[in-house]
Amino acid sequence: MSVTTTERGRSAGRGGVRGAATSSPARGGAAKPPRSRADTRAGYAFLSPWLLGFVLLTAGPMLMSLYLAFTDYNLFRDPQFIGIDNFTALFADPRFLKSAQVTAVYVLVGVPVKLAAALAVAVLLNAKHRGQGAYRSMFYAPSLIGASVSVAIVWRAMFIDDGIADQVQQFFGLPAGGWVGNPGMTMPMMILLAVWQFGAPMVIFLAGLKQIPAELLEAAAVDGAGPVRRFVAVTLPMLSPVLFFNLLLETIGAFQVFSSAFIISGGTGGPADSTLFYTFYLYLKGFTEFRMGYASAMAWVLVLVVGIITAILFRTSRAWVHYTGDVR
Amino acid sequence: MTTAMTTVSAAASATASRRRRTRSVVFHVLVLAIAAVILYPGVWMVLSSFKPSADIVGNVNLWPETWTLDNYTAAFGGIGGVSFWTFVLNSLILAVGSVVGIVLSATVSAYAFARISFPGRGVYFAVMIGTMLLPFHVVIIPQYILFNSMGMVNTFVPLLAPKFLATEAFFVFLMVQFLRGLPRELDEAARIDGCGHWGIFRLVLLPLMRPAVITSAIFAFIWSWNDFLGPLLYLKRPDTYPLPIALRLYVDQTSVSDYGAQMAMAVLALVPVLLFFVVFQRYLVDGVATQGLKG
Repeated sequence: MSVTTTERGRSAGRGGVRGAATSSPARGGAAKPPRSRADTRAGYAFLSPWLLGFVLLTAGPMLMSLYLAFTDYNLFRDPQFIGIDNFTALFADPRFLKSAQVTAVYVLVGVPVKLAAALAVAVLLNAKHRGQGAYRSMFYAPSLIGASVSVAIVWRAMFIDDGIADQVQQFFGLPAGGWVGNPGMTMPMMILLAVWQFGAPMVIFLAGLKQIPAELLEAAAVDGAGPVRRFVAVTLPMLSPVLFFNLLLETIGAFQVFSSAFIISGGTGGPADSTLFYTFYLYLKGFTEFRMGYASAMAWVLVLVVGIITAILFRTSRAWVHYTGDVR
Repeated sequence: MTTAMTTVSAAASATASRRRRTRSVVFHVLVLAIAAVILYPGVWMVLSSFKPSADIVGNVNLWPETWTLDNYTAAFGGIGGVSFWTFVLNSLILAVGSVVGIVLSATVSAYAFARISFPGRGVYFAVMIGTMLLPFHVVIIPQYILFNSMGMVNTFVPLLAPKFLATEAFFVFLMVQFLRGLPRELDEAARIDGCGHWGIFRLVLLPLMRPAVITSAIFAFIWSWNDFLGPLLYLKRPDTYPLPIALRLYVDQTSVSDYGAQMAMAVLALVPVLLFFVVFQRYLVDGVATQGLKG
């Protein structure tokens, strides 16, 4: 009974400042000590699955990985501390440098092309026409299956010698040969596979486009802005938070591409290491050569690089991302 | 005068409607062209699975000249003495286990983030969001060492334990967003009726979270069903393989020219995903859309 009374008092007292209480939970609790302790206990109880997972499967392993990065460890003998040898070895390892280069090209070319495709199709679909919802779902479908082994097998069969791509090339009198076995063509093939999955960012762009008030575009039109001007001066700035979100997610995702390259190259990263993506090489080092210290060093270099890129994106976003009232 | 004006406005509206129709035609032509490109690989895969192996690569015809079910017979024949249905069963156990684990752990954790105020919550929430940006490859090696030392390689534990511990922040975040949209008056009413946090969660909010739970469940199922790296690391015995790893084994074992059976297996491996997609597309696409908007 007494709990209920405190409870009612608390809810009455907090009613007006609910928004503030949500944004600073600690202060809201401090005002009512007895309730706060019960809340704290409940909070930790409800949060326990996530907390346990975070400590045991994320934070703990990350620290362990940081330690292993400075050791020589092969799973069978105890780790030997070797200082920064793994890191110096990394930057002298031509396959490591190749894998970093392959991944960099994939991220720098694949992500912008994919996002451009996503944005273009989203703008197209945003016009009111019949069947919009159906098209949206249809275009999203590849994002759901794109990373599967099935699609990788199909991709390989389409781009192998005499496959569809080769047939089309020959039809137009271009040099014959599949893309799978040609080190110069595997990257375009992998980027095509990424662009094929433009649906997920497109859906997010579409949701963002729907939030742009029609009055803004109408006002711009009344002021004499043509469609291109309206897009550049109104749509793009209004869409910039969503663009930023997509850019961040797609960039981080692109760094982690693995299974398609693994299947298409038959687990080798070939030909000539042209599909040896960063995480692929990490897997080969850690789980086929069992050089776990070396692979941990690679993992931490990846964390640092992704962290730096994320920080740069956030820092530069202040200049080009516009947050206005509703859009967020 | 009036007639003249009517004619003019009629002519104007005729031009406008003609323009609208042209626009509509342009729209549909463009969209259909994109649809053709998007759908081609899938359609080609399905139709190829009914072609004799020799007709799949090196034959531009999309439509099979001769139809055959031999590829499916071969696919259902299993690999290396392990039945096809063993792989299906393994995939199902992993996928259903993932769904159960994620729904249980993510709903409970999301309730803590969205509805209980306690010191440190803001920090935990920021950390949780941070893990979404973390390349998960940094944890696979230590996790492997951990599970290996506990003798859990070749069991499903290393693949399912993370799901029961809400390590995939995407799901927690999705549910936090959903919970934030539910009015707090519900909690307060329940509290007045004598409910504690568990009661509010279990009796009031959880039933209302159905859409978020359904969206999460479908994503959890599909991601587990398609997962390749996890099973590749932990499952080394063919009778523990889920479908993606079995498919990879099949591709490695069969001769290069046996595309037919590969295609048939690839199709079979995607059937549940496509079924889910057809039935629940609205939930999936809307789930993705809200995720982006509130990021």
